[in-house]
Amino acid sequence: MNSLYWSVRRELWENRSIYLAPVIGVAIVLAGFSLSLFTLPRRVRAAALNPTELHQIVQVPFVAAAIILMGIELVVAIFYCLDALYGERRDRSILFWKSMPISDLTTVISKASIPILLIPLLTFIATVGTQFVMLLVSSTVLAGNGVSPSILWEQMPLSDIVTINFGHVVAFHGIWYAPLYAWLLFVSAWATRLPFLWATLPPAAVLVIERVAFNTSHFAGLLQLVLVGGSDADAMSGTKHVMTMDMLTVPFGQFLLGPGLWIGLVSSAVLLLGAVRLRHVRGAM
Amino acid sequence: MTNIEAHGLRKTYGSTVALDGIDLQIAEGRIVGLIGPNGAGKTTALNAIVGLTSYEGQLRVLGRDPWTERDALIGDIGFITDVAVLPRWIRIGQVLDFVAGIHRRFDRAKAEAFLSKTTIRLTSKVKELSKGMVTQLHLAIVMAIDARVLVLDEPTLGLDLLFRKQFYDALLSDFLDRPRTIVIATHHVEEVEHVLTDLLFIDRGRIVFSRSMEEVESRYQQVLVHPDKLGSARALNPIAERKGVGHSVLMFEGADRKQLATLGETRTPSVADLFVALIGDRTEGAAL
Repeated sequence: MNSLYWSVRRELWENRSIYLAPVIGVAIVLAGFSLSLFTLPRRVRAAALNPTELHQIVQVPFVAAAIILMGIELVVAIFYCLDALYGERRDRSILFWKSMPISDLTTVISKASIPILLIPLLTFIATVGTQFVMLLVSSTVLAGNGVSPSILWEQMPLSDIVTINFGHVVAFHGIWYAPLYAWLLFVSAWATRLPFLWATLPPAAVLVIERVAFNTSHFAGLLQLVLVGGSDADAMSGTKHVMTMDMLTVPFGQFLLGPGLWIGLVSSAVLLLGAVRLRHVRGAM
Repeated sequence: MTNIEAHGLRKTYGSTVALDGIDLQIAEGRIVGLIGPNGAGKTTALNAIVGLTSYEGQLRVLGRDPWTERDALIGDIGFITDVAVLPRWIRIGQVLDFVAGIHRRFDRAKAEAFLSKTTIRLTSKVKELSKGMVTQLHLAIVMAIDARVLVLDEPTLGLDLLFRKQFYDALLSDFLDRPRTIVIATHHVEEVEHVLTDLLFIDRGRIVFSRSMEEVESRYQQVLVHPDKLGSARALNPIAERKGVGHSVLMFEGADRKQLATLGETRTPSVADLFVALIGDRTEGAAL
């Protein structure tokens, strides 16, 4: 437990983007949002009689904020994974880490916990915090312009902010994406150069070969399942074209009850154990 | 108690044989110098001992197989297999926090005392240090770990003369406080020979010489022979001969000391002399 704690701290020392990127993201989002505040009272008044439009006007900035922060989350997590077990071999610092009493298993678990748990949790906190600040600020602006801020809190209840973001960021981008991160970590432990290409080209090759040879797309379906939740996610994104928080809502029950999540977690475990084995066998480059 | 034991230790990389069947036994309380020409297999042997490489044959370190039981072993051994491996992004304070946090045998105060003799500041990052300072830092960390087996591969690479001396003095005084097993591979033989208890020469993946320093002193003699006594000296089967100024230097193994004294000035050969005499012929042009 102690060595896991220090291993995770070590990752934060090395990869400051894990917590700096969300902070910068929040700053950008709030800056953009504050510009939109100038026209907010006018737009809210204009849409006062049309609930659907009002719903959208209120929610669009919140959804945009969430999407920007999630985008940052995914970029940071993906690049973190690709370098996590590759960089230490390339700069030979693995020889130092291996002189310390930390098993390869603990090291890989600590590195896997960053994209699967820590980055999603930080993004969740950043998103909820940002949206809460946005609520407070726009309430003040509306009140100052003689519009009742209660509209906002009806359209954007705090409980929704917490549950929708938790479902999407922590459950979906963390736990559901675990096989994706595990794959990237596996490639990172395996590649002797260009881990990004090794991570992306083989799946692309399988897609093309399957298409050409059998004219089927089972692998594409699998990828879709991993990346967007496949058929489960149709309910989530398919029918709704408007940007509201509903489009980010993850059908939680389906996630937990369906076999996909558990198959994904087992695949992740297999890939991570492969990475543990590779870290044991492969030394510095 | 035997801390390191190998039987028929072999390692090949493709068609290259790095270790060609090594047998050795190193007891607790020994400081062993592993000396060999470039490419002799020193680093491979040390990597096998610390569980960084797989191997064929038998190897036990503190009674464990270092490859399959590495996790259980690693907390009891300390090693530097390469001095330039500290992560460049880390701060000195962070690396001390880290090792103190996870290593039960690490004495942080000792490491800081060691660092206080250098110009390294705790707030610096490794990448801001010179090569020699990185080595100093790495040595400070390893020396502060109370390891039962300490393995050092060229530990003083890039260090200035004063610090090298300081390091070996510290190594020796630590060792006298609490005996353990130390294996040092280095090309700077003249600097380590006064701290060694045992000497191992390795060449082309084989141990070609294995003696304690007492045995070296009692068995090997060097004689400065005047040219007119060279004939009778050669009759005693010297194991090596080289030309000096106005005399020849002949090395004998197990010869009668009184008899040698009649031939000229005698002395105990240095490790470097011994190495050249025993390995120099086998490996043409090999340098220390």
